Amino acid sequence: MNSDRLKNISDNQCKSVAKKLIQMKILICVKQVPEITDIKINPETGTLIREGVDSILNPFCEYAVEKALELKEKNDNAETVAISMGPPQAKSVLMRCLEMGIDRAILLADRKFAGADTWATALTIARAIKAIEGNFDLILVGKQAIDGDTAQVGPELSEILGIPQIMYCTNLDLTSNKKKVRGTREIETGKETLEAKLPCLISVSMGPMIRRIPSLNEILDARKKPFKIITSSDIDTDESEIGLKGSLTQVIKVFPPQLKKQGIIIQDSEPADAAKKMIEFLRERNFV
Amino acid sequence: MLKIDTEKCTGCKICEKTCPFGAITVVDKIARVKDNCTLCGACVSSCPAEAITIERRQIPREELDNFSGVFIWGEFEKKDKNLVPKKVVKELLTQGRKLADNLEQELAVVVLGDGILDGFEELINYGADRVIRCRHKLLDNYTTDSFTNVLCTVISKEQPSIFLFGATPRGRELAPRIAARLHLGLTADCTGLDIDEEGQLVQTRPAFGGNIMASIISPYTRPQMATVRPNVFPCEEYNTRNGEIEDFEVVLSQTSIRTKIVGIEQLTGQKEIGIEEADIIISAGKGVEKKENLKLIKEFANEIGGVMAGSRAIVELGWIPHTKQVGQSGHTVGPELYIAVGISGAVQHIVGMNSAKSVIAINKDPNAPIFKVADLGIVGDAMEILPALIKSIKSSGLRS
Repeated sequence: MNSDRLKNISDNQCKSVAKKLIQMKILICVKQVPEITDIKINPETGTLIREGVDSILNPFCEYAVEKALELKEKNDNAETVAISMGPPQAKSVLMRCLEMGIDRAILLADRKFAGADTWATALTIARAIKAIEGNFDLILVGKQAIDGDTAQVGPELSEILGIPQIMYCTNLDLTSNKKKVRGTREIETGKETLEAKLPCLISVSMGPMIRRIPSLNEILDARKKPFKIITSSDIDTDESEIGLKGSLTQVIKVFPPQLKKQGIIIQDSEPADAAKKMIEFLRERNFV
Repeated sequence: MLKIDTEKCTGCKICEKTCPFGAITVVDKIARVKDNCTLCGACVSSCPAEAITIERRQIPREELDNFSGVFIWGEFEKKDKNLVPKKVVKELLTQGRKLADNLEQELAVVVLGDGILDGFEELINYGADRVIRCRHKLLDNYTTDSFTNVLCTVISKEQPSIFLFGATPRGRELAPRIAARLHLGLTADCTGLDIDEEGQLVQTRPAFGGNIMASIISPYTRPQMATVRPNVFPCEEYNTRNGEIEDFEVVLSQTSIRTKIVGIEQLTGQKEIGIEEADIIISAGKGVEKKENLKLIKEFANEIGGVMAGSRAIVELGWIPHTKQVGQSGHTVGPELYIAVGISGAVQHIVGMNSAKSVIAINKDPNAPIFKVADLGIVGDAMEILPALIKSIKSSGLRS
């Protein structure tokens, strides 16, 4: 794949740019999610209205960004590119990626993308990756977004791009020849490590607890980094394939969840009395 | 239809080896498609030159009715060297039976594995009309690639109207892979499944951390695909039912499997039952304050015959593994008894334990939302209450 990228360059240029071109390229797909759970619904389409709600970088995406930066450091300064699809305001989460140390950012913003389900989202991102980036070595995504919680776009994206996937990784690394990636994940009986050839998609489920606060320099640097905004006309796609029109699922109703009825509350009692009440409860229901 | 870009094709024959039906042959260094192609798509993702594409046309509405049958992925797990169906499979069969009866269609369960696959009578007794067995040595261990290939083949051949997966870690990575390959609508993590007047599957799921519920349909594609949360639907077993066990011919090649397991680390210590299947769960949150305090929780869990779990907060602190996390980004549990210790009860946590039959909450904060879903709520310090509780269980010989 790297040799393809070198094809169109004359020999004398080759040496100087070769080092840069042979760089590994890591794409990180991120999502902007609402910070507060102040939900509004569009009554006509049944989809969520995101305008006017504060937004953050989805925490699991932030973990993916951290992993990408770790890999960048360990692997000769690999190139890192953050990609997001969303309204123009989603620029802020990509800026956050750039402040954290990501090299460039691409925002897919077009009214025509609105209302996309996971399939239409994955298809749009896949087409954009092909049109704008062409080759890549690794795609990192967060395990799931905390708003939709579907965890579907990652696998759908890797299927559309025809690459293998390793999901829910807590740790990942490249093999010494940098041709394969290894991802470790927690399973019920312990941990397992899977290996796949590059290019591959990895979803990340764990990262540092404390959010990194960028320095002033990092914030200023981020503003100088390349930032591309892409619309539907920049990618090879038909209107019927994207947004609400391209979606294969349709939301027909949105309603508040039903929670259980409240039971007995015991306040201001001594630990021994509280324990006694618990024993009574457990005995009544045959747990002891 | 399947299209091969003759300029991109290198004649490498990987597609020939990957095709489950022998429907591709390479002649004069160019791949050619034969009439028996089912459009399962296994070749498309195997092609290193990206020379193969499938043009899938939208199915006209009237043709959607040609798809019939409710299908379920029969996920198995190893238990004491035996393969047994996961509990969620029985839950899906019970709910699937209702859907199938409503539609007057058959209910089938598809099981994938190596030579020995047991427990089929049980699956029939839970409601299956057909058990479709896919046996192959490459299906011994789960891989996303091999399971995707085989299930896409089954779907292409059988044309069911509904296909359901348990929303287990595997189900959630497998279903979207299949949906994307076959160009199907898919709804994640459903907690409700119904049939509307038009015979469509209405899939209901929580979104925004459980703050809202959304009902979703897949009006344009068949089968209608969904992953379904474990521990939401009950499982009901019939005494005896009639059903057929049949073998589905599987063709798989090693070249189509692109991931391999290179390391397994077994948890040390005694094997504990998974939280998704536990009857009694003692769950800890940030309110337990120190990791050392988990010892007391664990001791209480042992006394009462339960397992310990926790909220996202303590998983992120590294106190317990992710496999023990209850909630929207962890596991959904449905125990007989759930005791929440020091868990405030954010809605993301509550959606993960809302189907517990009995709930006890202990928390210092009287305004903690967990009290809204508790049958018994105790405002107080668990670190003082639990020792008293353990003592009285021990002294009165109340051990379960």
